[in-house]
Amino acid sequence: MIPEGPTLVSVASRLALALLLVSVALAFIRLVRGPRAADRIVALDLITVLIVAFIGAYAVFAADTSFLDVAIAYALIAFLGTVALSRFLLRSRGRKSTIPPPHKDEP
Amino acid sequence: MNTILASGLLIVGSLFCLVAAVGMLRLPDTLIRMHAATKAGTLGAGCILLAEAVVAAELGTTLKAIAVIVFLLLTAPVAAHLIGRAAYHKGIELFDNTWIDELGEALSTDPACQQKPLPDPPSNGQDARLREPPRAHRRKTAPPDNG
Repeated sequence: MIPEGPTLVSVASRLALALLLVSVALAFIRLVRGPRAADRIVALDLITVLIVAFIGAYAVFAADTSFLDVAIAYALIAFLGTVALSRFLLRSRGRKSTIPPPHKDEP
Repeated sequence: MNTILASGLLIVGSLFCLVAAVGMLRLPDTLIRMHAATKAGTLGAGCILLAEAVVAAELGTTLKAIAVIVFLLLTAPVAAHLIGRAAYHKGIELFDNTWIDELGEALSTDPACQQKPLPDPPSNGQDARLREPPRAHRRKTAPPDNG
């Protein structure tokens, strides 16, 4: 009934979109309950990479190659965000959460 | 033929992404989770973008897909290095079965890493793993240490 060529790619891209959605959901669970800020940054980095892959799979699904420009821009912004968050984590003054809050203020 | 190849690449890439997400959820440690997250960036997104290049089968799209893949391959090590460094220096709990901690040993024995103690050593019970003081403290005396 339907020619075979487009059907195979469309089914595969639908399956890929579903799997990527599940992946983003699983990474989001880690983002929510990551015990420390570093875990959350790692989860956020994974989510951005998964969204880049999702945009690529959606470009196949919609047969529109201009989504690749979106993927390029998103990958760039995601890298900048990851770098900024990890620099912020490295420079922030807070210590381990088991330490009782401020014992002495530093200048 | 192209459709079969593109479909296989899509399925393989999304399965790698799923494996990375499951590893992110299941693995016990921040650094080990970073090891899992690498697979999504290189293999997962790489295969899916390659599938897009195969489906479109034209020069501009292929170049764009290769540009995205190269960008991901170039930025993933930088981001992983920064995240791992920040996580270690913030004193994450390592996995219980970790027995190699070369950075911790170097920080506790190498005199180049111990140029001055903290201005006022906090009186809490730090654990046996000697951690580096936060970078904001060290920069005042040792800027060229580890750039």
